[in-house]
Amino acid sequence: MIIQVKINGIDKEWDVDPGMILLDLLRDKGYKSIKRGCDEGYCGACTILLDGQAAKSCVMLAGQAHKRSITTVEGLGTMDEPHLLQKTFVEHGAVQCGYCIPGMLLSSKALLDENPNPTEDDVKEAIDGNLCRCTGYVKQIEAVLDTASIMRGEN
Amino acid sequence: MAVKIKDELNVVGKSVLKVDGLSLACGKAKFVDDYELPECLVCKVMASPFAHARIKKIDKTRALQIPGVVEIITHEDIPRVPHTTAGQGYPEPSPYDTFTLDNKVRYVGDRVLAVAAETEEAALEALRVIEVEYEELEPVLSARDSMKEGAPVIHDEPEAHVIIPVPYEPERNLAAHVDFKIGDMEKGFAEADVVLEKEYETQYAQHCPMEPHIAATWLDENNRLVILTSTQVPFHVRRIVAERLQMPIGKVRVIKPRIGGGFGTKQEVLVEDVCAFLTLKTKRPVKYEMTRAEEFISSRTRHPQILNMKVGAKKDGTLTAISMKIIMNTGAYGSHALTVMCNSGSKILPMYNKVMNVDFCGDTVYTNMPVGGAYRGYGATQGAFAMEVIMDEIARELNMDPVEFRKINHIRSGEGSPVFAALGEGKAGVEQKIGSCGLDRCIERALEEFDWEGREERRKLAPPGKKRGFGMCILMQGSSIPEIDMGAASMKINEDGSFNLLVGATDLGTGSDTVLAQVAAEVLGISVDDFIVYSSDTDMTPFDVGAYASSTTYLSGYAVKNCAEKVKMQILKAAGDMLGVDPYDLTIENKKVTDMNGNSVTIAEVARRALYERDQHQIGAMASHITHKSPPPFAAHFVEVDVDENTGFAEVKKYVCTIDCGTAINPKLAEGQCEGAILNGISYALTEEYIFNKKGRMMNADFGSYKIFNTADLPEMKVILVPTYEETGPYGAKSVSEININGALPAISNAIFDAVGVRLRTAPFTGEKILMGMLGKNNGDPQVKPEEEAAAEEVPEENNAAEENNSNGNGVNNNNKNNGSENRKDKEGLSGEPASYGNYPAKKKKKR
Ligand code: FES
Ligand code: FES
Repeated sequence: MIIQVKINGIDKEWDVDPGMILLDLLRDKGYKSIKRGCDEGYCGACTILLDGQAAKSCVMLAGQAHKRSITTVEGLGTMDEPHLLQKTFVEHGAVQCGYCIPGMLLSSKALLDENPNPTEDDVKEAIDGNLCRCTGYVKQIEAVLDTASIMRGEN
Repeated sequence: MAVKIKDELNVVGKSVLKVDGLSLACGKAKFVDDYELPECLVCKVMASPFAHARIKKIDKTRALQIPGVVEIITHEDIPRVPHTTAGQGYPEPSPYDTFTLDNKVRYVGDRVLAVAAETEEAALEALRVIEVEYEELEPVLSARDSMKEGAPVIHDEPEAHVIIPVPYEPERNLAAHVDFKIGDMEKGFAEADVVLEKEYETQYAQHCPMEPHIAATWLDENNRLVILTSTQVPFHVRRIVAERLQMPIGKVRVIKPRIGGGFGTKQEVLVEDVCAFLTLKTKRPVKYEMTRAEEFISSRTRHPQILNMKVGAKKDGTLTAISMKIIMNTGAYGSHALTVMCNSGSKILPMYNKVMNVDFCGDTVYTNMPVGGAYRGYGATQGAFAMEVIMDEIARELNMDPVEFRKINHIRSGEGSPVFAALGEGKAGVEQKIGSCGLDRCIERALEEFDWEGREERRKLAPPGKKRGFGMCILMQGSSIPEIDMGAASMKINEDGSFNLLVGATDLGTGSDTVLAQVAAEVLGISVDDFIVYSSDTDMTPFDVGAYASSTTYLSGYAVKNCAEKVKMQILKAAGDMLGVDPYDLTIENKKVTDMNGNSVTIAEVARRALYERDQHQIGAMASHITHKSPPPFAAHFVEVDVDENTGFAEVKKYVCTIDCGTAINPKLAEGQCEGAILNGISYALTEEYIFNKKGRMMNADFGSYKIFNTADLPEMKVILVPTYEETGPYGAKSVSEININGALPAISNAIFDAVGVRLRTAPFTGEKILMGMLGKNNGDPQVKPEEEAAAEEVPEENNAAEENNSNGNGVNNNNKNNGSENRKDKEGLSGEPASYGNYPAKKKKKR
C-alpha cells in the first residue's frame, strides 16, 4: 500500500505493508529521534505528533498515518535553530540521558499549541505519559512553564 | 601552581550547559540502535520457561528451515567458559558461575539459546518452533528455602568458583559470606537501657533505564571484533567478552555511544557475548536489543535482602551496640553477590561511629529467581532502610526527637570508623578519616526548609479522611572504590586552541562529559566549548573502570585534572619561550597566557607555534588517578506523607533533601542527579515490586503492571546543595549520583508510622499493607511462614554458639571445614576469621 504522509512539513509517499508498526516504519525511514522504550504503549519514548496530537507510534500501524501529518523532533528545530522548548530544556538541565526527551518535547509542544498559558498541573498532565527514569521531572516541568511564559512574551 | 581558592573559580561550580544537551534535545545524538549497520542480523534469545531444569535436547532442524534464519547457537556450539557478568575490576569479587549458554537453566528467563535472522519475525518464528526438552528440577524460590538442609543445589556444576580468597560454597547455595566483629557485643547490649531487635525486608526491583540493554557487533576490515554497546563499563566489557570468546583483548574494540540510562544494570555484560558469538559464526553484524519484558525478567535487579538489626542505646541517646545480619538473595547467579552485601554494612554502619561494639554478618544465597546486580545505591539502599528505621524506633522508645537522637550519634569531620577498614569490596577495606562532612549543616538546612518544628501545626491541616505524618533519615555513601578503581584521561591541543578530551569514563546520561570538561577548562583557563569531549572507545580513550561506585567526578575528575595540569605546563613553557619569560611567571586565563607586564599570547597562538612554527611538538598528555579514600557524601531527607484512612494508600506530599557532595562542579546537573534518585527511591518505596507466581515466573513485566512514577505522582520536591570542600577531590568534589536513592524507604516508613502508628518493615509500602496494619492484622512485620518460624527463632542462640566455637577453636560445626584439613583459602572470612555463617538455620549446623 502507498502511504501518503506529511512529515515535518514534507510530503512523502511510502510503499509499505500497512500492518507494519508505525514506530518501526519511521525509524526505518531515518527518523531516529523517535525512541523505543517498551513497544507496548506505556513509556512514551516513541511519541510523535499526529495532526498535532501526541500519539504513541509503537501501538499504531503504518496505515493509520495515511493522509495525516506527523511531527517528530527532527521537525521541531535544528541544532542551529532549535525550537524554544529544546533550548529551555537544555538550559534548565532537563536533559539527562535524553532518551525520553524527544517524546516529552512533543507532548509539551502539543500542550503549548493548545494552551499557551498552562498551569503546573496542566504540564504534569500533558507529560504524564512520558516516563523518565533519570530525572525527577522537576526541571522538565520548569522548562515547559518557562517556555510558555517566554512565548507569551513575559520573559 | 597553587589550586585556586573556591571563589576564584570560573567554570567549576557553574551550571554550564550539558555538552551533549542540544544534540539530545534535537534527536541527533546517537544511541546504539540509531546506527545503521548494513546487512545486520537480528538476535533473539530464548528464555527458560522453568525456574530450574536441565536441558536434555534441543532440536533446531525445523527452525533452520525458516527463510531468513541464519544461525542458532546453543550450549553445544560454543565453548563453556565460566565467568561473571558483573562488570567489575579484575580479579572480580563475584563468583565465576555463569556460562554464555549452559545445559542447565536456573531461573525463569535464563538463556537457553540464541537465534540470528534476517528479520525480527524470522527470529521470533524460530524461537516458536525450536523444540527444547527439559528435565524439570525442584526450584528454590526464597532465600530462606535456599539455606535449608537438603535444599536443591543451584550451582552443582564443578566449574563454579571464586577467583579471590573469599568464602564460596555453591554446594549449599552460598554465593558469598562476610562477617566481622568489633568490640564486645555482650557488654554493649548489657550497658543499654533499651535494646531493640527487628527484621526488615526489601524487595526485588528493576532499574528501568528507558533504553533497554542493547548491543551490536561486527567484524571490521581487519577482522577485529567491534562491539557497539549501551554499557557503563566499556573496558570491562572488552576484557570479559574477550575471555568468553577466548580471543586476545587486542582483537576486541568496544564503543560506547550515547546511553539511555543505566543505574547499575549496564554495569553488567549481558548482551554483548551472544551477539559476538553470532557475529563470529556468521561473519555479519548482529544486533541484540532486549525487550522491556526481558529487561525485567532476564537482565538484573536490586538484590532483595532480609536484614536483622539489633541495637542498644542508653537513656541519654548514646548507642551502645549495633548488630546487623543480612540474608541477601542473589537469584540464580552471583553477580555482585559479595560486594552489594558488604556495602549494606560499609556504607551504613560508619554513620554511627560512636558505638564501639559492632558486628556484621552477611550471607548471600542463590535461588532460582531473577538475578541481582549493581543498582544505584548498591546495598546501601537496603542497609539504610533497616538502619534508619530502627534508629527511629529506638529514638521513639527513648522519647527523643529522631533528629536530636541522630545529632548525638552521627559521624563528623575528622572522625573515622573501624568499619571502613573491616569491610571492603572483596578484600579488607581502607581505613579513612572523614575529611569534609556537611551533615550537621544538611540537617540544619533541612529542618529550616521543611519546618520540622511546625509539623504539629501542619499535621492538623491534613485533609478529611487522611492522616499526616513526618519522617526523616540521614545518609552517607562513598566516592569510588579506594585503591581498586582507576580512571584516566588524555588531551591534545588543536591549532585553534581547542582540545580533544578523551575519557574512558562513561557518560550514561549523568552529564559526566560536561563535568569532566569543566574540570579541564578550569585548569586551563578556557571554557567548556573549547573541548571536544569523547567517551568512550577502548581503541581511542584511555582506560577507566567505568561509571559505577559514584566514582566518575571524584576519581576520573581527578585524572582529568592531572592531565590538564600537565598540558598547562607544556603551554606555559611554549608561551614562556614566545614571551621570553620564565614559565612560572605566567598566568593562564581567558584563553590567554599573560606575563607580569601584561604581555600575552593566546592559547591558539601557542598551539599554532607548537604545531607548525618552532620547536614543533604535540602539546598533549595522558594522566590517571587512583584514590586512597572514598569520601562519603552526606544527606538528610525529610518527608511529609498523607495516609488515606480508608484505603491505607500513602501519598508523599513534600520531600526535602539536603546534600553535601563537596563542591558541586555543575550544580544544575547535581540537582538533577538528586531529583532523579529521590523519585526512583520513592517509587521503589511505594509501588515497585516483582510479583511471582508459584513457579517463580515474574507476572508483572511491563510498565502497565510494574509502576514507576510519572509526573502524576510527583510530590513537592526540594533539593538543597550544601557545599563543603573535600581536599582529596577535584576542586573539592565528592560524589552525588547514588546516595539520594537511599532515603525514601526509611524516611517514608518513619513518616507512615508517625501518621498512623503502623511500622512498616517490609517494602514496598502499599495501601494494602498499611491498611492491614491499621486494622491490627499485621504490624508491617515481614511475614514469616509458619513452618519457618521455629527455625528462625533458633538462629540467635545458635549464632552465639557458633561464635563461641570460633573463638575457642573447637567447633563441631561448619567452621571446622575451614580450619581443618579441607581448608581452602577461599573459605575464610574477609576478617581472616573463619566464617560463622550466622544466618544459616540452626538445625543445619547441629547435624554436622
Ligand atoms: S515505546 Fe511506545 S510507549 Fe514505549
Ligand atoms: S533523561 Fe533519561 S529517561 Fe529521561
